Amino acid sequence: MRTVLSFEQPIHDIERQIETLRNLQAEGGPDVSVQIAKAEDDLRRVQTGIYSNLTPWDKVQMARHQDRPHTLEYIAGLAGDSFVELHGDRRFGDDPAIVGGLASIFGRSVIVFGHQKARDLKGRQFRNFGSARPEGYRKAIRLMNLAEKLRLPVVSLIDTSAADCSVGSEARGISEAIASSMYRMAGLTVPVVVIVTGEGGSGGAIGIGVGNHIMMLEHAVYSVIPPEGCAAILWKDDSQGDRAAVALQLTAEDSVRLGVVDEIIREPLGGAHREPAQVISEVGRALDAALDRLSALSPQQLLDHRYEKFRRMGVYDE
Amino acid sequence: MARRSWFSRAAGRSGRDARANAERVPSDLFEQCPNRSCGIFLYRKELEKDLKVCKKCGYHFPLTAVERINLLLDEGTFEAFEFNLKTGDPLGFPGYRETLERYRAKTGMQEAIIAGRGLVGGTNAAICVTDFSFLAGSMNSVVGETIARTLEEAAAARAPIILVSGSGGGARMHEGLLSLMQMAKTAAALERYDRAGMLSICILTDYTMGGVLASWASLGDVILAEPGANVGFTGGRVAAKVQTERPPENFRTAEFSFEHGMIDRVTPRSQLKETIARLLSISAADKVRGMAKR
Repeated sequence: MRTVLSFEQPIHDIERQIETLRNLQAEGGPDVSVQIAKAEDDLRRVQTGIYSNLTPWDKVQMARHQDRPHTLEYIAGLAGDSFVELHGDRRFGDDPAIVGGLASIFGRSVIVFGHQKARDLKGRQFRNFGSARPEGYRKAIRLMNLAEKLRLPVVSLIDTSAADCSVGSEARGISEAIASSMYRMAGLTVPVVVIVTGEGGSGGAIGIGVGNHIMMLEHAVYSVIPPEGCAAILWKDDSQGDRAAVALQLTAEDSVRLGVVDEIIREPLGGAHREPAQVISEVGRALDAALDRLSALSPQQLLDHRYEKFRRMGVYDE
Repeated sequence: MARRSWFSRAAGRSGRDARANAERVPSDLFEQCPNRSCGIFLYRKELEKDLKVCKKCGYHFPLTAVERINLLLDEGTFEAFEFNLKTGDPLGFPGYRETLERYRAKTGMQEAIIAGRGLVGGTNAAICVTDFSFLAGSMNSVVGETIARTLEEAAAARAPIILVSGSGGGARMHEGLLSLMQMAKTAAALERYDRAGMLSICILTDYTMGGVLASWASLGDVILAEPGANVGFTGGRVAAKVQTERPPENFRTAEFSFEHGMIDRVTPRSQLKETIARLLSISAADKVRGMAKR
């Protein structure tokens, strides 16, 4: 049963109508091809209307949609069998919430890592709902070190609601892990491309978000705090996430306007979860183009370019 | 009234007596220790001399940024960096302007941070201090920018850096993604600063949480924390997903961080300056013999 978001209901209704008409046609009933054509026309119109007028809260639902492609699907789609997944932080354990390894994408060898969610209950528990622990960030650091050594570009895919905040994670230094991951990423002398594919959830996201080129999918979100948490603080009511989402300015357009994100990757009509193969292909194209541009820079230029990008972020008067 | 009696119950007999005394003790002369199992009344003038540490239970009262600078730097040597950064309202966030005005009026500070340079035990150092009394010391564009600029000044002057956190509020919600990015900015600034080869010291005070702990506050070469300071990634209830671990008594404190190897020392306030001075003296450029400095 495909998950239907509340604002998608009109679309779902027309789709069911079309399906009913088609079944009628197939069973040798009256010729309803005109009605079908009209309904498909309506569908396109309604879809275009809805998806170009999504509220920030709608976007949050889209970004969290369970059928949205996950990191391993992007990697499989772009690197196929070339991907060799690596594991462990060589200190404590392996965190399934961040995956990564070596891959060849469009003939270019890269180090790739990112948050990994899942769709079934067991998978979600295994992946800790995409909330990374210290060992996840430390695995990412290990992969960054490998990238630096082998002179490979780094590709980081962000999709997390938040970093893990359990007792174990505090004990193993989740804060230090996130801080060190950003520190290491800032100091890389290879090209670094970051793509926010779903949820850019706060510290857990920026922990692997320091890149030369930052891209974001059209319906992804990037926020300093989950809208529910923001609502709880502002209005003592975590059910007002929709109001908070407006205040937080967490959409892709907002992120570009705030000077954080460089490029928005358009999603297929209806969202990534509707046409995953298409969106994976789009991401691949944008990634390839970005790596082409960045490969022209020297190690020092890459370092300086990345530093200046983050150095400029922030708004104040002088 | 109901809240008051719960408080007394929790504090036990001494708490109840303390509550009863509260009405009789002049608050302009006395400050009550907020530690619930202590609650004694401290003569303010004496408390000042004790560096605002309770003489009975050792509770470390919060210090303002100015008080902290006076504590750590040699008298009369502090020079503030006049970056003249003014906080805007980039998101037009609900209530932000009013909140800023309220904290400015309450604290006399323009923002949650003070930065500058001075001597510690005779050694020149740059210093930043975030102040919990200003919007919980939370990090926004100005706080992040101040830290980055201070690090750049320190690197250019080849001066060691002292970063003091009283940042319980983490990344400031009201500036949204811009606040979050200050985590990356300050981490990158420290990465660049470290290439200059000078010592960085972070001091974690009550509270140090969230996006600040998960960025610059955890990246010092040496990290000291005050006893009993609340130090942790998140506050409040631990996520209720699948919890097999019960938090220990000292969860999310300086002592917990120390036990788990995340900080170098838990240092009582009275020993902070001396410890810093010793670290700076040992690592000072002119003391490094035989090895070429880059």
